[in-house]
Amino acid sequence: MRAAAFFFAVVCVWLQAAEIPLAERRSGYEFMGRETRAMQDDDTTNPALFSLLDGEQLWNRPDGTAARACAGCHGDAAQSMKGIAARYPTVAGGKPINLEQRINACRVEQQRAPAFAYESKELVALTAYVGRQSRGMPIAIEANDATRPRLEAGRALYERRQGQLNLSCSQCHDDNWGKLLAGSPIPQGHPTGYPIYRLEWQGMGSLERRLRNCMIGVRAEPYAYGSPEMVQLELYLMWRARGMKLETPAVRP
Amino acid sequence: MARVAVTVPPSAKRGEIIEIKTLAQHEMETGFRRTQTGELVPRDIITGFVCRYNGVEVFRAELHQAMAANPLIAFTTVAAESGTLEFTWTGDHGYLANQKAEIKVV
Amino acid sequence: MTTRRQFLALACGTLAAGELRAQLDPNIQAKRKAALEAAISKVVGDAPVRPGKVKLDVPPLIDNGNTVPITVTVESPMTEASYVKAIHLFTEKNPQPYVLTAHLGPRAGRATVSTRARIADTGRVIAIAELSDGSFWSDAVSVVVTLSACLEDGLI
Repeated sequence: MRAAAFFFAVVCVWLQAAEIPLAERRSGYEFMGRETRAMQDDDTTNPALFSLLDGEQLWNRPDGTAARACAGCHGDAAQSMKGIAARYPTVAGGKPINLEQRINACRVEQQRAPAFAYESKELVALTAYVGRQSRGMPIAIEANDATRPRLEAGRALYERRQGQLNLSCSQCHDDNWGKLLAGSPIPQGHPTGYPIYRLEWQGMGSLERRLRNCMIGVRAEPYAYGSPEMVQLELYLMWRARGMKLETPAVRP
Repeated sequence: MARVAVTVPPSAKRGEIIEIKTLAQHEMETGFRRTQTGELVPRDIITGFVCRYNGVEVFRAELHQAMAANPLIAFTTVAAESGTLEFTWTGDHGYLANQKAEIKVV
Repeated sequence: MTTRRQFLALACGTLAAGELRAQLDPNIQAKRKAALEAAISKVVGDAPVRPGKVKLDVPPLIDNGNTVPITVTVESPMTEASYVKAIHLFTEKNPQPYVLTAHLGPRAGRATVSTRARIADTGRVIAIAELSDGSFWSDAVSVVVTLSACLEDGLI
């Protein structure tokens, strides 16, 4: 009986050994060099600055056949958008939806304007501007009846081996974070600051773009922008980072 | 529109050394990258930067391809008198950007 | 996303024209060294360059070669009698050696300039300060670059 209980306990621990304990979670910020961190910390020289200014302009610009600006309904973003980015992605009618898609839904339905293309300068700028209003707030994704099925689907994608290199996200970001891969430290993979200014891109980009980079890195076919797989994975990653502070717009290598 | 951002303290004591930070939105295309078919992407960078304090040049820089995209240039100057700091960027293909900042020196 | 058909067309076209576009010169090391030396002598002429007075602040292990924060500070009273005329920044292993040349004067107050550079490969970053008395001082830092600028195309 004791042997069985012992064996059972060991198996349980082994199955969960992959997940990082909540208290040990660290943002990608902590894996960067001092100078890169300084780039993120100084608002006046953060390279994401121009994207934020673009986002502010777009927020205030009337658009579409309805000739409405975001500000027309939502007023001052600093008030109305506070906390919003920390709660996305969300699940609506069983479907996962991320912040970019929510912004586009507003554009199409309220402004009666064409949706912005994924990764377009405008969509990234608006998402960065909205995200900025939640900077410093804890990421607040809940596991409830609505989100749980999508979270499980996202987790399955996270733990699934893929690509020619046959690696899962979990193998690097849960089991080997902190170690070096080709000279660069492997972070834990928490999306705490998206959209980010990535030094590799020398520009701004979304979480989906970064995830596609990773998938290309393991030589897997990347999920399409806005696909259910992609948004489920985003949802899981944000839930995995629940409670961590949002840093949008972050700087990352 | 050529986008730039400058950070200058709005006021300072006479003789105080102030920090000026400038950022220009520019891809700084090096001219060393190639397209998927192997063609060189032509160079397109900011090449010059000047800061004038009430019309007098106090700082100047030449930039080359090894400057990162969205170039940052930060330097110091002595708060000599109240007035206008004027910043000018010039570059390939007729690039020109201008920004002014007022400073009150007490 | 490139289709299979597009990829084949690109590959065949590139192979055919490949001979005309040499990617990397076999003498690249020697050429880059010569270019750096030529760039430095253009600045200093025959004058000796002495290590000292200059502090080059650059991370020894670089997160990403595309954007490397660099600060150069030079010890100088920055008075009319003695000041730093210019700060020149070079890299050893980039496709071309110049980064930035900053022209200062007594009105600067402090001889310092901060910027962000692209560094293509592990090697030295060199800062040379030109003083008002015509002397040249320098500092150099060896940096390790794993994700390089200029030499790799961003496919992503």
